[in-house]
Amino acid sequence: MASMEQTAPQMDLLRLWRDKNARAVIIQILTIAGLFFFTFWIVSNAVTNLETIGKGYSFDFLFEPAGYDINQYLIEYTNRSSHLTAAVVGLLNTLLVAVTGIILATVVGFILGVLRLSKNLLMGKIVYTYIEVVRNVPVLLWILLVHGMLISSLPSPKASVSDGWDFLGVSFLSNRGFYLPQPNPEPAFWATVIAFFLGIAGAVVFRRHARKVQDATGKILPVFWVSVAAILGLPILVFLVTGLPIVWSFPELKGFNFVGGFAIKPEFMALTLALSLYTSSFIAENVRGGILAVSHGQTEAAHALGISNSRTLQLVVIPQALRVIIPPLTSQYLNLTKNSSLAIAVGYMDIVATIGGISLNQTGREMECMTIVLLVYLCFSLLISAFMNWYNKRIKLIER
Amino acid sequence: MTDVTEQNYPPGKHPSLPPPRNMTGWHVWIWKNFFGSITNTVLTFLSIFLIWQIVPGALDFLVFDSVVNAGSRAECREIADGACWAVIVERFEQSIFAFYPEEERWRVILAFILLFPTVGILLFDGFPARAKLMKFTIAYPFIAGWLIVGGWGLEPVSTDKFGGVMLTLIIGVTGITLSLPIGILLALGRISKLPAMRIVCVAFIEFIRGVPLITLLFVASTMLNYFLPPGVQFDLLLRVLIMVTLFASAYMAEVIRGGLQAIPKGQYEAADAMGLKYWQSMRLIILPQALKISIPGIVNTFIGLYKDTTLVIIIGLLDVLGIMKTALADPKWNGLPEEVYIYTAIFFFVSCFAMSRYSLYLEKKLHTGHKR
Amino acid sequence: MSEAAIDTSGMKVTDEVVIEIQHMHKWYGEFHVLKNVNLTVNRGERIVICGPSGSGKSTMIRCINRLEEHQQGHILVDGIELTNDLKNIDAIRREVGMVFQHFNLFPHLTVLENCTLAPIWVRQTPKKDAEEQAMHFLSKVKIPDQAHKYPGQLSGGQQQRVAIARSLCMNPRIMLFDEPTSALDPEMISEVLDTMIELAQEGMTMLCVTHEMGFARKVANRVIFMDGGEIIEQNEPEEFFTNPQSERTKLFLSQILNH
Repeated sequence: MASMEQTAPQMDLLRLWRDKNARAVIIQILTIAGLFFFTFWIVSNAVTNLETIGKGYSFDFLFEPAGYDINQYLIEYTNRSSHLTAAVVGLLNTLLVAVTGIILATVVGFILGVLRLSKNLLMGKIVYTYIEVVRNVPVLLWILLVHGMLISSLPSPKASVSDGWDFLGVSFLSNRGFYLPQPNPEPAFWATVIAFFLGIAGAVVFRRHARKVQDATGKILPVFWVSVAAILGLPILVFLVTGLPIVWSFPELKGFNFVGGFAIKPEFMALTLALSLYTSSFIAENVRGGILAVSHGQTEAAHALGISNSRTLQLVVIPQALRVIIPPLTSQYLNLTKNSSLAIAVGYMDIVATIGGISLNQTGREMECMTIVLLVYLCFSLLISAFMNWYNKRIKLIER
Repeated sequence: MTDVTEQNYPPGKHPSLPPPRNMTGWHVWIWKNFFGSITNTVLTFLSIFLIWQIVPGALDFLVFDSVVNAGSRAECREIADGACWAVIVERFEQSIFAFYPEEERWRVILAFILLFPTVGILLFDGFPARAKLMKFTIAYPFIAGWLIVGGWGLEPVSTDKFGGVMLTLIIGVTGITLSLPIGILLALGRISKLPAMRIVCVAFIEFIRGVPLITLLFVASTMLNYFLPPGVQFDLLLRVLIMVTLFASAYMAEVIRGGLQAIPKGQYEAADAMGLKYWQSMRLIILPQALKISIPGIVNTFIGLYKDTTLVIIIGLLDVLGIMKTALADPKWNGLPEEVYIYTAIFFFVSCFAMSRYSLYLEKKLHTGHKR
Repeated sequence: MSEAAIDTSGMKVTDEVVIEIQHMHKWYGEFHVLKNVNLTVNRGERIVICGPSGSGKSTMIRCINRLEEHQQGHILVDGIELTNDLKNIDAIRREVGMVFQHFNLFPHLTVLENCTLAPIWVRQTPKKDAEEQAMHFLSKVKIPDQAHKYPGQLSGGQQQRVAIARSLCMNPRIMLFDEPTSALDPEMISEVLDTMIELAQEGMTMLCVTHEMGFARKVANRVIFMDGGEIIEQNEPEEFFTNPQSERTKLFLSQILNH
């Protein structure tokens, strides 16, 4: 037989291949070796290619002046600032869009999700149409469409004043942006800020107190209304008592644009609106699914115990629905953050447009710039998925 | 609750009576659906207000005041101030074929028509002679590729002439077809018992899913050529196709992993008990079942990918959206972004909505199938 | 369940009427589910309701705590008429406990929290008292050691006993059971029935939809047979089983007793 005639070392290899554990090790070693050689191959290709055109791999360019302007910056930035500063400005702009978009999308998404379940046939159909139209059109198109509509339908600053695109005569909507009065706090405003934080602290303390009272005597205190009063009422009261310590700087038309006030740039507006519009339709579906996932038996059981409708929602339905809603919700947040990279399409200067766009083109450092951009997004994703794993573990229903 | 005079029937002989007037009929239906409670009434009025605010204006703009026949934007404005569809009419053919030579367009159309039986064979159980025709579905990508790119007897067409709906479909279909086998391998790797395999697959999947597609496209357009051996250059479309495929396969892997994990453990054990080897049991027992329950997810991934193809305009390829945007640069049509975007939006809405309905239908079908 | 007779000294039927249903009709859309149902229940009665599926038994007892609305006739519980008045509904639901076929325990709360939820939020009982009371009832259904587990960690029989304890924590005067053993494995049925027997022995007024005829013989003072949305016949268990009056009852009994 053929196998009998084979030489000894081959026999050993064959026997190893037959052994389950040894085979597992061999396959893994081969995989890693293959991967290693592939990496080596592309890296050496890159090194050769870069050498031929005389480029190295170094991040020194980050400290050279960027030489371009960014129209919205949250930290000090001029065109003499370094590429690194430009990258940070871009990163902050990304975060600004992401956070604003997430808040808007969540609020709108929850409202739509609940409305979609309402018994009202007309509202249900309207929301259904909205959701289907919005989510079946690419997000890039929404960004361009919203931007295009803002730019083409909004008047120039001059026309904004003369044609009545103002709100109460102090805010102006124009194609240069949404100009709002800017609040400049006087020293006494600190009292209001302190009152606000005291209000929050008070609400927390009251909540604990209410819990204790309820545990001890069974009495249920109106936690919600007291919290609202403490968090909103107290600062407003202090604000009034200290004599409205805010000086508003109102936008005024000087030449072709407004001076003073505080502007929301049309690019930012378009991007945020479009992203939250798009994401809210997905969130609405998650919310709807989460509420439907709480079985009818649960509400029935609570009702049979004499628990009222609103308490059933608070104690039985919402805690269970949130468990279903929050995991897909976090991935929607991640999607929104990733989609904010489309900022470049409307000229909003986010991380991709700054370091991955203009800096890259000016310095020709494709490798370095793209590495930075990819790492930034990877960090976002890892942070969000770490949160998600932690949350999922915490809320997992304990079963056998 | 009104009392009716009760007739006495002997036990078990009570006839089924129609419900009392006050609980059936159209007025009850309207009451229940529109005015049942205070919230309900408020919502009804809010809805009517919304419809009244939006629908007439939108209809005026889109239909009644719109212009279909005109030579330029200025002509449109002279006729009416609604939407100027003339730009779409003029650019319609270009929005589909872009700069593909006119005399060769039949090849694209043929490839497109052939797509239907291919998809049909793949997706519908009841397709006649399905098993035999499967070979055709495998050959389709090659046939279509040959038809569109040319060579071997056909006039070659350079890829920078590609664009419009055609490009959208090429990227979408290629991405999804190639990502399926890669996604299957990645999914198997991710749930494999071999730690090295698992780590490699998880790292790849999480990396791709963690970064936006646009950054990957930037990588494709700016630096992918650096990684190729000196002297080798891929053209932009090919590089984009590679990136889109990698991107889609990470998402595909997660969908298929879901399917694999939904297969009861007993199936794996039964396959082992029959003495099947790993690849045999996967190919014959596990994957056919897992893929079947993953189809709705795969369709959803496709919808996502299909919508994401619009991103290629940022790196300079001209898909539907891109080609229509060139119209905006034309001085004749300058300043009509809404018309162009709405046309593109309708194109995407119609195709994506149809696909999502299909995936919903599949989900329902699978659901009932499992119940039985 | 053993066939041994049980101590019936605590089961006393008084003259006080607690539930009165008069000429009650109910429709689901066009479908006439309950037809002219008349039923009077005195305090301390143990009523077993049986009948083929779809005969309206569950619907009838679900009308008693207004999980379902009736469209004609009157239902009075403890002298309070059930209408759309939410206050009355809540008042009645506090007096009437209900046990479901599928337990419907709250999966996100521990067994103890399941039991104290309603006393704390509805009766405004101090937490400590509510927990003591919950432990008392959990001991009664013989699972005090599971108090800090989650429903998902318990067997079906244990879950159903928690559900009974949860209802008892509201100190109801009437208990409704909607097929409490139908979703259970055979070996778990008796542990639930034993709990129910104990409850009956303490004089609880009970309405029970079930096919456990052994339970009916031992505990019930009245058996009701429903079919097609009507009460076809009702009698004392002995009479009902040995001498059924209507043909439909005979057929039904022969089907469930001789299988």
